[in-house]
Amino acid sequence: MIASLAARHSWFEATARARLGGLLDPGSFSEILPPAESNPSPHLALLDLPGAFDDGVVVCYGQLEKKPIFAIAQEGQFMGGAVGEIHGAKIVGMLRRAAQEKPAAVLFLIDSGGVRLHEANAGLIAISEIMRAVLDARAAGVPVIALVGGSCGAFGGMGIVAKLCSAIIISEEGRLALSGPEVIETVAGVEEFDSKDRALVWRVTGGKHRYLMGDCAMLVDDDIAAFRRGATEFLAGWSEPTPDVATLRARQRVLQNRLAAYGALRDGLDVWAALGIAQPESVPLLDRDSLVALKEGLPT
Amino acid sequence: METLDFRFDSKPVPRVADPALCGVVGSGNLEILVKPGIEPEACRVRIKTSARGFGATWQAVLGSFAASHAAGGTVIAINDMGATPAVVTLRLAQALAEYQGGNP
Repeated sequence: MIASLAARHSWFEATARARLGGLLDPGSFSEILPPAESNPSPHLALLDLPGAFDDGVVVCYGQLEKKPIFAIAQEGQFMGGAVGEIHGAKIVGMLRRAAQEKPAAVLFLIDSGGVRLHEANAGLIAISEIMRAVLDARAAGVPVIALVGGSCGAFGGMGIVAKLCSAIIISEEGRLALSGPEVIETVAGVEEFDSKDRALVWRVTGGKHRYLMGDCAMLVDDDIAAFRRGATEFLAGWSEPTPDVATLRARQRVLQNRLAAYGALRDGLDVWAALGIAQPESVPLLDRDSLVALKEGLPT
Repeated sequence: METLDFRFDSKPVPRVADPALCGVVGSGNLEILVKPGIEPEACRVRIKTSARGFGATWQAVLGSFAASHAAGGTVIAINDMGATPAVVTLRLAQALAEYQGGNP
């Protein structure tokens, strides 16, 4: 066990570029607008803040098990992975190109708190353009797979974008939600949500909870190689379904039932008990394989 | 934010790789981009830093780097979010090694 832990390369701790380096086939990384050719955000410069050459996102061609793919990787360490104008334009350009060139998939390495507030409306517009571009790529038959396991998770507008993707692959360390914990606490008070209670935050937004609730297609270990295996396995069995009204209505009913069944509960522990898990307090301690086995044994 | 420009004499560096980038503009960290310049015996550095008033420290750290490494013929651009001199020194060595084809 200890040897296997030592061989792991944590997704959570890695930079966006290190994640891409381990995710794609060796030598296949080919960046579009590399740092030496792109410009830092002019908005941040106006606010007297240092920018990043790539504006916090790497877009590239690459291969996954010899299949051509596009990849987009947000850098959570730069301004919380937040989406500014240039950052957003790079993502949108890549997704639109995917709709035209039809690679085998777009891998979207999300690590972001949402809109970059410094860039205000430009950031908000960028997020809405990303949403449209994700759906256009999917409509063109290109699966867009969100990989969530970074320190910033997928929150705000990027939480919505993650859910618009074909599927989400998440690690226990990953988080997915709309309003971030601090935002909820600021707006509604600490009685509503205590953002300092990290265990609670993970029980409500963390990867295990999202996987148990069926929000994510796959739960993987916090390991770059595990994300690579997960994405490969997922794409092998995936075909983009044609949306129709009946499927959308059925999905809406599922969401309504979910709200009715769990909407009043305040903690992941209560939700897991309601899901039929006999010992919900054991869930945070389970390793990935045990949790997947637990979910597969649940009544559907 | 403060923008600082420096020029140091340095022995020419053999270049192998494309422009090299290392580091991230995160708290206590910085990113360094090394590109080819036009003066083979000089290293030019432009820094944009969130921490004001450390020009003398940058001068000392970069001067020591340019004297101890062959970094001539390069233009180095730095975006800094309050990295300590030790971090800066390590990242400079890392960026120069990558510029010479060291690490992918």
